[in-house]
Amino acid sequence: MAPPIPPQSRGGEPAAPPVLRLRGAGVRVGGRTLWSGVDLAVAPGEFTAILGPNGVGKSTLLKAVLGLRPLALGSVTVLGGAPGTAGRRVGYLPQRRSFDPGLRIRGRDIVRMGLDGDRWGVPLPLPSRFGARRRAEAVRVQEVIDLVGATGYADRPIGQCSGGEQQRLLIAQALCRKPELLLLDEPLDSLDLPNQAAVAALIGRICREEGVAVVMVAHDVNPILGHLDRVIYLAEGGAATGTPAEVITSATLTRLYGTPVEVLRTSDGRLVVVGGPEAPALHSDRHDTAAGPRTPAGAPRATGTPEAPAPERTRRAAR
Amino acid sequence: MPLADAGLTAWSWNPLTDIQVMWSYPFMVNAFRAGAVIAVLSAAVGWFVVLRRQTFAAHTLAVVGFPGASGAVLVGVASGYGYFAFCLAAAVVIAMLPGAGQGHGEESALIGTVQAFLLACGFLFVALYKGFLGGVDALLFGSFLGIGDGQVVLLAVVAVVVLAVLAAVGRPLLFASVDPSVAAARALPVRALSVVFLVLLGAATAEASQITGSLLVFALLVMPPATAQLLSPRAAVSLPLGMLIGLAVTWLGLTAAYYSPYPVGFFVTTFAFAAYVLARAARTAATAFGARGPRPGTGATGGTPHAVEEAAA
Ligand SMILES: Nc1ncnc2c1ncn2[C@@H]1O[C@H](COP(=O)(O)OP(=O)(O)O)[C@@H](O)[C@H]1O
Ligand SMILES: [Mg+2]
Repeated sequence: MAPPIPPQSRGGEPAAPPVLRLRGAGVRVGGRTLWSGVDLAVAPGEFTAILGPNGVGKSTLLKAVLGLRPLALGSVTVLGGAPGTAGRRVGYLPQRRSFDPGLRIRGRDIVRMGLDGDRWGVPLPLPSRFGARRRAEAVRVQEVIDLVGATGYADRPIGQCSGGEQQRLLIAQALCRKPELLLLDEPLDSLDLPNQAAVAALIGRICREEGVAVVMVAHDVNPILGHLDRVIYLAEGGAATGTPAEVITSATLTRLYGTPVEVLRTSDGRLVVVGGPEAPALHSDRHDTAAGPRTPAGAPRATGTPEAPAPERTRRAAR
Repeated sequence: MPLADAGLTAWSWNPLTDIQVMWSYPFMVNAFRAGAVIAVLSAAVGWFVVLRRQTFAAHTLAVVGFPGASGAVLVGVASGYGYFAFCLAAAVVIAMLPGAGQGHGEESALIGTVQAFLLACGFLFVALYKGFLGGVDALLFGSFLGIGDGQVVLLAVVAVVVLAVLAAVGRPLLFASVDPSVAAARALPVRALSVVFLVLLGAATAEASQITGSLLVFALLVMPPATAQLLSPRAAVSLPLGMLIGLAVTWLGLTAAYYSPYPVGFFVTTFAFAAYVLARAARTAATAFGARGPRPGTGATGGTPHAVEEAAA
């Protein structure tokens, strides 16, 4: 496991060679430029969010990083090489996968696919002769299951796990091979608020403690705001990148979207984006939060507290 | 059709004698051999069919096998060759259709149309050929008569090839079946895997048809693996368990059909169905009797009776 990243290298200009670098990147779909001008360098252990309205091309950006979709403009470098060549050093969690309730495969087996799912052949039920490697793999699977807190339900059929439980198991699957870069596509989607906060805190913890660089597509920035190092805001034709404090501002977003956008900051550091083509940080279920100075129980920050260490939160809030 | 003359072979209630009597006939020995091969192969391939929700494809392949078998008899070839030729050809054709392996949205109407036409062709072939042994019933609902030594060898060779390929692609196929998008991101050839699997499914369907008939292939292809998956969510348990269940229902079905005037397809299907119902009942009972309970404390146990044997993995 990589050592934790010293705080001074986070947030500012990265000191280590970047895990992911995009230079003037842009993508076209059917002659239309989805987004362009994305400049980004992600250092090890950094947490980056990709934000923007639906259909703007957030998932497409992850696919470009995976090498599944070519860029029309600019360049992308993943772990020093071309996209798609880093293999097991990149973990990926695609958008909105929930397993069929009738799927009778254990969560543990799903996690294990992250380790050996692409190895040809079948594991033969041979006794200890070839056991060393298999034992090591079972230990690693248990490690990631423990890491995401899925020990209690890893042996249940995955179809019978809740959305949040499935999401944790899938994160564990993506972590199996100790990736240096983890790409997550809307992992908080379809989770309830307490689960959103808990999974966000888990991802933040993986960044800090495992030194994994995370690039995550999010529809709502608030559950992850406290853990973020930088954001990419995508808009039709363009993009804005930087720290949350730089990018999620009325001026930047108004310029980006070409319509008046207002960013309000509540007393606990939470952001509310008003206006724009779609307001990604505004959810009707947050009225209570925006109204009162104290975060009520059930809101993300409050329920995230057990997993989010206090100093971290203070540091973020002070930013 | 009358399978055994009641006077010649009556059930004696002494299982050993009964089996001895039954196995004194070479055609019965061949039926048991063929049944074993077919049951094991069907359960292995069917295990993936259940996971991939491809029962529609399996049904289509089976129905296409019917005109193949009747056409083969019409031109004077063993029906087994007809099953293999048509099922494999149909598998390749389905694999070529756009979006094969995933949901069957638009092409399901096309497949249904062609399927009905081929069924009608099969019926015509049967009508054209007057001296059919067992006639259309045997081809649609199964028979164990007239399985020769050569046919057993053919079944075994095909089964060995299919199982070898299945073993070679097993783990990636499981990955691609359960989680195609991640498998694709891992550079696994998801599309090629689904083509390969369809061809394996064609071969397995052709084999199953030769015991259960075209219309009852699910008795061996779907019911045993589905039952096994109900009993355990562990791949390493449910896969061999499905084979065991398939073998048991096939041999029991053959025995019952030998000692009764009713057809083998009925017995195999009924026994497989009974196993499935029992498994469902067992699961319901296990859930009701506090399988929800072990959550506090013993972390590692899940919601199923078999989950407890986990550690060995
Ligand atoms: N394979 C494709 N062919 C054509 N258009 C596509 C394809 N994939 C995505 N698109 C289009 O690209 C746009 C961005 O898609 P996506 O990246 O999924 O958006 P987001 O994840 O931000 O919601 C959408 O308008 C979508 O219709
Ligand atoms: Mg998307």
